[in-house]
Amino acid sequence: MKLGFLKNNLRDYGLLLSLVVIMGFFQYQTDGVLMQPLNITNLVLQNSYIVVMALGMLLVIVAGYIDLSVGSVSGFIGGLAAVLIVQYSWPVVPTIIATLLVGALIGAAQGWFVAYARIPSFIVTLAGMLIFKGLALALLQGQSVGPFPLSFQRISTGFLPDPFGGTDFRVLSLIVGIILALGLVAAEVRKRRKAQAHDMDVEPVAFFAMKNVLFAGAVMYLCWLLSTYKGLPDVLILMAVLILIYQFVTNRTTIGRRIYALGGNEKATRLSGVNTARLSFLTFVNMGVLAAVAGLIFAARLNTATPKAGLGFELDVIAACFIGGASASGGVGKVVGAVIGAFIMGVMNNGMSIMGIGIDYQQVIKGMVLLAAVFLDVYNRNRA
Amino acid sequence: MADEIILSMRSITKTFPGVKALNNVNLTVKAGEIHAVVGENGAGKSTLMKVLSGVYPHGSYEGEIYFEGIEQRFADIRESEERGIIIIHQELALVPMLSITENIFLGNELAQRGVIDWHAAHKRTRELLRRVGLNESPDATVGKLGVGKQQLVEIAKALSKRVKLLILDEPTASLNETDSAALLKLLLELQAQGISCILISHKLNEITQVADQITVIRDGSTIETLDCAANEISEDRIIRGMVGRDMAHRYPQREPQIGDVIFEVRDWHVFHEQYSEREVIKGIDLNVRKGEVVGIAGLMGSGRTELAMSIFGRSYGRRISGQVLIDGQTVDVSTIGKAIKHGIAYVTEDRKGYGLILEQEIRKNVSLANLAEVSSHGVIDEHAEARVAQRYRESLRIRSSGIQQPVVNLSGGNQQKVVLSKWLFTKPRLLILDEPTRGIDVGAKYEIYTIIDELARKGEGILMISSEMPELLGMCDRIYVMNEGRLVVELDRNEASQERIMRAIVNAGHA
Repeated sequence: MKLGFLKNNLRDYGLLLSLVVIMGFFQYQTDGVLMQPLNITNLVLQNSYIVVMALGMLLVIVAGYIDLSVGSVSGFIGGLAAVLIVQYSWPVVPTIIATLLVGALIGAAQGWFVAYARIPSFIVTLAGMLIFKGLALALLQGQSVGPFPLSFQRISTGFLPDPFGGTDFRVLSLIVGIILALGLVAAEVRKRRKAQAHDMDVEPVAFFAMKNVLFAGAVMYLCWLLSTYKGLPDVLILMAVLILIYQFVTNRTTIGRRIYALGGNEKATRLSGVNTARLSFLTFVNMGVLAAVAGLIFAARLNTATPKAGLGFELDVIAACFIGGASASGGVGKVVGAVIGAFIMGVMNNGMSIMGIGIDYQQVIKGMVLLAAVFLDVYNRNRA
Repeated sequence: MADEIILSMRSITKTFPGVKALNNVNLTVKAGEIHAVVGENGAGKSTLMKVLSGVYPHGSYEGEIYFEGIEQRFADIRESEERGIIIIHQELALVPMLSITENIFLGNELAQRGVIDWHAAHKRTRELLRRVGLNESPDATVGKLGVGKQQLVEIAKALSKRVKLLILDEPTASLNETDSAALLKLLLELQAQGISCILISHKLNEITQVADQITVIRDGSTIETLDCAANEISEDRIIRGMVGRDMAHRYPQREPQIGDVIFEVRDWHVFHEQYSEREVIKGIDLNVRKGEVVGIAGLMGSGRTELAMSIFGRSYGRRISGQVLIDGQTVDVSTIGKAIKHGIAYVTEDRKGYGLILEQEIRKNVSLANLAEVSSHGVIDEHAEARVAQRYRESLRIRSSGIQQPVVNLSGGNQQKVVLSKWLFTKPRLLILDEPTRGIDVGAKYEIYTIIDELARKGEGILMISSEMPELLGMCDRIYVMNEGRLVVELDRNEASQERIMRAIVNAGHA
């Protein structure tokens, strides 16, 4: 029974296991550099914008579409923020609000063509990719624009302050980590109790306990590592909040359920009374907003907006979703999967750079990992 | 004409999982004759032709096929075509974007080392088109021709392959009067040139016009072969062969308790989704009363599904006009959401394409059309949802390992019960069932009938579309007969019979 359970759920945990194995590999290969607090902090910062966009992309892919324009859109939004702040001296908060709105508008425009004009999303967003890459160039007139005021940089460079005045060790960051870990475990336990009360299938006790101990341990260990450097980055907190929100939306809400149904069988979903056109439209609006968020994070991180910002991001974002188990034909995919997929890509980028592997072979290896991940997934599914 | 036998199919038996589609069928065709095969929808005609043409390869059926005196064991269509047996399906197998020439020689190109000789192809095409009497350029795009002309292109394509036995499956189903007549004339001409023909058709008047012999198939067995040369065969005679069967105990005993009219459609007109000048539903009035099971009979293509889907939130068609009334009040059913809210539910004929999210579990499929009921402020209460799914799983006896089982793994009958559960959960006043027992084995059919009966007892109105006449006669309190977008006859339970339904369809075809 227990072995059978493990076998059935291997796919869900296999992904997490792969991340751990990959991290272990690079930890060994880089003589421990990978897990140094400074590097872990960098890893989070470097991947935050990919993770944020992967959340939106997952919904787009689950709904049965694709969005190739996210890299260009995020670059364009970064440029727009720079122009507003640096050249037009807008204050930071109104700039953020305005750029997020523009992101929503861009998503709405593309979503309209996909959902109502029924043009394949691949084509619409390919056009969007060209358009916003060009607009970013035009907006910045080919120049880098910067630097940003400190308050804007904080989006990417801020850390959780420590009221305990720790200099070598950020106490609050560790406390947050412990609370988060315990909270997650408590939520899992509550969910399990409720499921049992309703006679639903649950995992074996030993397995459940082990999983939670490992998970909580990993969260606390990472927070401890970060606490020994500058503490929890603000952007990590933003990311965690977004992940929790999207996890909730996809699993528990009617809108999430309908997006999965839409990707699984559009006609059946429409005939069940779901306004599929509006739903498709909204997934693109959401994607636009998240691309804007990512654009702001990236611009703040570089402290300057360049016309090349965002170049090729869409590839990492889409790869993250597919490595995370999303199906190219829609209807299948998990938020957690996409997040882990993004970190697998991120750890590989980071690890290979530390090892001194050139950008050329980095791409080759990343491509092969993507293909291998999806191949294994398809192979397992066909065998089942 | 020589009495030489060109084709003899002996004791053909073909079984699908759970269903015996053909049982000991014999068919003998003489050289140079037009041999009609008739039977109800689902009697096994198409299956028999698929066996003959190699769609079902040798080994997947029992029995023997002799063609020109030699036993044939076709592994695929290509082999049967090489022998000169060519089938033209009801849904034409032409590529609409390509020209007539390209279509005729598709897969059979006049080519040397992969390079096509277009001059030769054009010349041959022109000859073939002359033979079938089609006055079109060989370069014309097939998609721009009418259905009748496309049919002729198919025949020209068959001729290009040196056909000896031509099989036509419902060739005139979508043709108008003139095109049908022209096609039949062509068949007679081809016959004069020595080509044998198997003609499958519902239009009995056409069959009596051209056929030399008629084989009647019912429930997967050959009933009789009628010789038209020996004596005049009337349409009534054929109908009798097609329908007479034992109907006891295939349906639950019903005691209908019929109340007031709860659902009414007035002057309903619908135009085709792509060709908006083509009227598909031409002014229909119908009603359903409380606790009543109302049937709609008719051939495929008569507009039954289009009628149902256009009523259900305009999910089919364009330029829809007319009124829908629930309890005597006109209601707005312009979107599917509104139709559901007003208590209309539509169980599709295409379970997998339009009814289910196959990869998802039973629980999620059941709740999809009424998520509001198991959620508050957009957050789903999964436990309430599970209770609902469990309730339907038990009450409709869905055989599965649990409500978490993906529906893709269920049998056809159980999948249909999941679709029914989904719609029952929307608590409809009127349940439209489109071919509710299609592709379901006999035992599960009975269960579906029982469910329908129970719903009617509870006072729901049921509108049931079916191509299986015995099913309509066994279940319905009233039957509308539909033909070419119109209701041609309305029959009460006690006056309805297969003969009357068939005759209504056939007569309407004459008009």
